[in-house]
Amino acid sequence: MTETATTKEPNREPIKASEIDPKFKYELSRMHGSEKILRCFQCGTCTSDCPVARYSETYRPRTIIRMAQLGLRDRVLNSDTLWLCAACFTCTDRCPQDIEVASVIRVLRNLAAEKGCVPIVFKEQAASVLESGYAYKIPDLRIKKRETQGLPPLPKGNPESIRKTLKGVKFLENVEKKGEQQ
Amino acid sequence: MSSKYLIFLGCAIPYRVSSYEISARKVLAKLGVELVEMPEFNCCGLPLDPVSHEMMLILAARNLALAEQRGLNIMALCPGCAGTLKKVNKILKEDKALREQINGHLKEAGLEFKGTVTTKHLMQVLIEDVGLEKIKSAVVKPLTTLKVAEHNGCHILRPKEYIGFDDPEDPQTLKTLIEATGATCLDYMDETECCGAPSVGVSDKVALQLARDKLNHVKMVDAQALITICPFCHIMYDTNELRIEKMFNEAYGIPILHYPQLLGLAMGMSPDELAFNELRVNASKLLTQVTEGAK
Repeated sequence: MTETATTKEPNREPIKASEIDPKFKYELSRMHGSEKILRCFQCGTCTSDCPVARYSETYRPRTIIRMAQLGLRDRVLNSDTLWLCAACFTCTDRCPQDIEVASVIRVLRNLAAEKGCVPIVFKEQAASVLESGYAYKIPDLRIKKRETQGLPPLPKGNPESIRKTLKGVKFLENVEKKGEQQ
Repeated sequence: MSSKYLIFLGCAIPYRVSSYEISARKVLAKLGVELVEMPEFNCCGLPLDPVSHEMMLILAARNLALAEQRGLNIMALCPGCAGTLKKVNKILKEDKALREQINGHLKEAGLEFKGTVTTKHLMQVLIEDVGLEKIKSAVVKPLTTLKVAEHNGCHILRPKEYIGFDDPEDPQTLKTLIEATGATCLDYMDETECCGAPSVGVSDKVALQLARDKLNHVKMVDAQALITICPFCHIMYDTNELRIEKMFNEAYGIPILHYPQLLGLAMGMSPDELAFNELRVNASKLLTQVTEGAK
């Protein structure tokens, strides 16, 4: 996923009845983090307080919540703007309906990731955790330099134990299967 | 009161912000906080939350379970790690079904989450364990000529339901800690705004615009440095300051210091000890002023 992809206009075509999945909002309201999505009355506090919305022409948390409530499953999950949230949790703390907006966005991202719609950076981080226990590949130079800086050795982690605990995690099947793409 | 913690480094600090680790360890050692290394810790899980909440929960619970085995509480330098470990601890303690599900995963590696340890961020350890009085009495070279600004970042404060530390709308702790060094902490516009770091890689343009506005506001009040307590915020301003200057045709020259670097100076440590040489934005002007001020 590139920068130009995220600035692409979201799908503003008129909504067709066939695109609507009326059960989507109920499905979301049973998931950890998006339980309270039905409470949203579109006041717009989330968008007006969102630091990303201030600079992005396309990212609007209120719009995402409304699309999810309407059941526009594919439009939401295929939308690149979903990935712009900086997870600062300002919307969550200020929502008058206590919706945990950032967590709803996170649930939607998880669903998008399960179907393979995910920026490459996240696949790289997941792969790195499986390999080393760290989300970034820490350069050998850095590890060696610690000694000269008077720092204790970097925790080696235990990738084998990590992989054992992560057995059966859906997203990882995706990383292994589709890791080559994008 | 003596305090002892397992130190949790996370990923960003060993990856590119060793100056934070070096200065934090120096300052804590002098203030009597004992740090224990934990070779089996892994990523806190936060970077993977966007793609798999389950994976985040397992990774975080694994760290907590390891700390439980050692019978020690955790101190994290990164607010993202601290926040994640706090949040997962609370979620799993309250939700039995989820706890059983996650423990099913941990069992594969012979581990179990019980919910018996707590996690604190460095700043919390400083204010709650060491205490303001002890910090003040450790200051031997008050930085009275310095005027700086603070940047708390988001995850040290939000979501407040899970973090429960300070007031996210008007945070005071970092200001108080800065003023304990003798420096003046200036107010500026949009102080509590996000640095933009999490958007890097998805849209650099949005992320850098956020950081630029913060730097503009810091410059407006003539702050001589911006003080951070998060490796990501530090990368966002320090590593990217020159890039932002070029991209938007601005000139800042504002050094970005980790709070323990500032405190260390006031405690009489040398800039070399505190890894000032690792900073991208040159802090020599500020350092000269500090040394001359102390004479």
